[in-house]
Amino acid sequence: MMNAPGPSSLSKARKDSESVIPMPGSPTRLQAFAAWARQPGVLLSLPALVVFLFGFLGPLLLVILYGFMPARSFGLDHLPTLENFVTVFQDSYYLSFAWSVGLALATTIILMLVCWPVAYGLSRIFRRSMILTLLLVLPLFVSENVRLFGWVLTLLNHGILDGTARTLFGWEVSDLLYNVPVTIMGMVYVYLPFMLFPMALGVSMIPEACREAAFDMGASRWQVFREVEVPLAMPGILIGALLTFVLTLGSISEAKILGGQSVIMIAHDIETAFTYAQNWPLGSALSTLLILLTGVLVIGLLSKLNIDKLLSRK
Amino acid sequence: MENVPAAFRNRASERAMRTWTLLVLVFIYLPMVAVVLASLSKIRFFMFPVKAWSLEWYVSVLSSIEIRDYLWTSLIIATLVTVISVLLAIAGALAFARYDWKGRSIYQKLILLPIFFPQAVLGLAILLWSSAWDVSSGWELAVFAHLVWIVPVVTLVISIQVYGFDPAVEEAAFDMGASRWQVFKEITFPILWPGIFSGALFAFLLSWGNFPLSAFTTGAEQTIPEWLYAKMVAGYTPQVPALGTLTTLLAGVLLLGGYWLGTRRRK
Repeated sequence: MMNAPGPSSLSKARKDSESVIPMPGSPTRLQAFAAWARQPGVLLSLPALVVFLFGFLGPLLLVILYGFMPARSFGLDHLPTLENFVTVFQDSYYLSFAWSVGLALATTIILMLVCWPVAYGLSRIFRRSMILTLLLVLPLFVSENVRLFGWVLTLLNHGILDGTARTLFGWEVSDLLYNVPVTIMGMVYVYLPFMLFPMALGVSMIPEACREAAFDMGASRWQVFREVEVPLAMPGILIGALLTFVLTLGSISEAKILGGQSVIMIAHDIETAFTYAQNWPLGSALSTLLILLTGVLVIGLLSKLNIDKLLSRK
Repeated sequence: MENVPAAFRNRASERAMRTWTLLVLVFIYLPMVAVVLASLSKIRFFMFPVKAWSLEWYVSVLSSIEIRDYLWTSLIIATLVTVISVLLAIAGALAFARYDWKGRSIYQKLILLPIFFPQAVLGLAILLWSSAWDVSSGWELAVFAHLVWIVPVVTLVISIQVYGFDPAVEEAAFDMGASRWQVFKEITFPILWPGIFSGALFAFLLSWGNFPLSAFTTGAEQTIPEWLYAKMVAGYTPQVPALGTLTTLLAGVLLLGGYWLGTRRRK
């Protein structure tokens, strides 16, 4: 009993200043912590937690610190400054930020509409058909570069679409690449599974009885959709929307490969600042803005979710 | 609408959903088919319809020593990521879904955060982090970067299996005098095996196809996705679609094979 109250005045003072009065035999704070830390759940959580702290939180905090260092410095041994953030707004970097947010929003909305019928079918009509699921999962495992390159081959002049139209109808469908709509299509393409699978999880949470009851009470198809299905599937829809939005916000490849740089994404500016320009603090300041935006959105949503309820399907 | 019998109403919307799903599948696979076609056509710069077919690009990919090196790098990274992430994720998933402890709901959310973060920016952040620790980039750093993203994914996959697992079986074994290790080996692991297996499959395939994290962390070494990207941007040859097709095939075979093994076990 190291922390049991002793006769010395020191421990008396401590006893008075703190409301916890350790009695002999009752656990002190340290012992309570030791008991908590010995639980199998706590011990088992540690390895993954270490990866999180050392591989995710640490790097992001370092990036945020670098954002406050003078431009073109390569260490943290300078006085903090806001100059990089001023540069972001003076040198029109905010434009690429705005474009990224806009394209991410557009992609998210389009994907919600595209994925709903598939997610719905996946859990109701196709009865979680394994082959269909595999077909929809496979693209996740093919490097996005290869798939986007496939779109280049499809949309190229004399590519699949143009070539087919020329041979069959004598039409020319040229100059489809390197613009904003095709960039959005590339994003819709790459991030489709990230919307689809959470959404399907959400749809699978709608009890069939609720739909039947609503129909029996005379609700129209639209009313059932709006008042029963969407609210009940909402956790899944929100996770899908958030994943899509955040990942699109920080994407580079679509705008580079399909968009031909007709739009500069924020992640591209970040990459340029870190690599060619060798201006780590500026890249860090841009990243900090991205971290802030995604952090607010993700933590805002995750804190409201009940993960046990969502995943256990009981 | 109200007068339409329910069966008919469902059938009409069912047909619409089937058609739409088919269109989405065409949308997903059209560009992949284009890659296959480009890899099989003789001319250097792709034109459709294909006039002359050839397998020469596959021959040149398979005989290229340079590509064999990148293949090894990719394989080593993916294998290590699979083994390490599965070990960490088994523990993580038990903490995530099996045990009840104070702080668990925060842990569940913290651990998922890396999934909700753009990978290119994460890759750059890890590069900056490694230079602060004086660690040089290379395939080892890429393994670390992949783990940051893949451990949460695998934890999630295994957790879904853990949720369906009744802790009473473990307790019964303890009551009968089994040791902790025996319980894990004889009870917990076999019950969780389907989740662990799909988690391992996910880990391997996600690492195998990853570009944004590798791009900033492998340094002078290259993985297959990095080589493909570099060649797309400059010095294009139809080796790009040929190798792209081969890696896609490998992913498909692993996925189907994994599924086949999974169903066979269940019978």
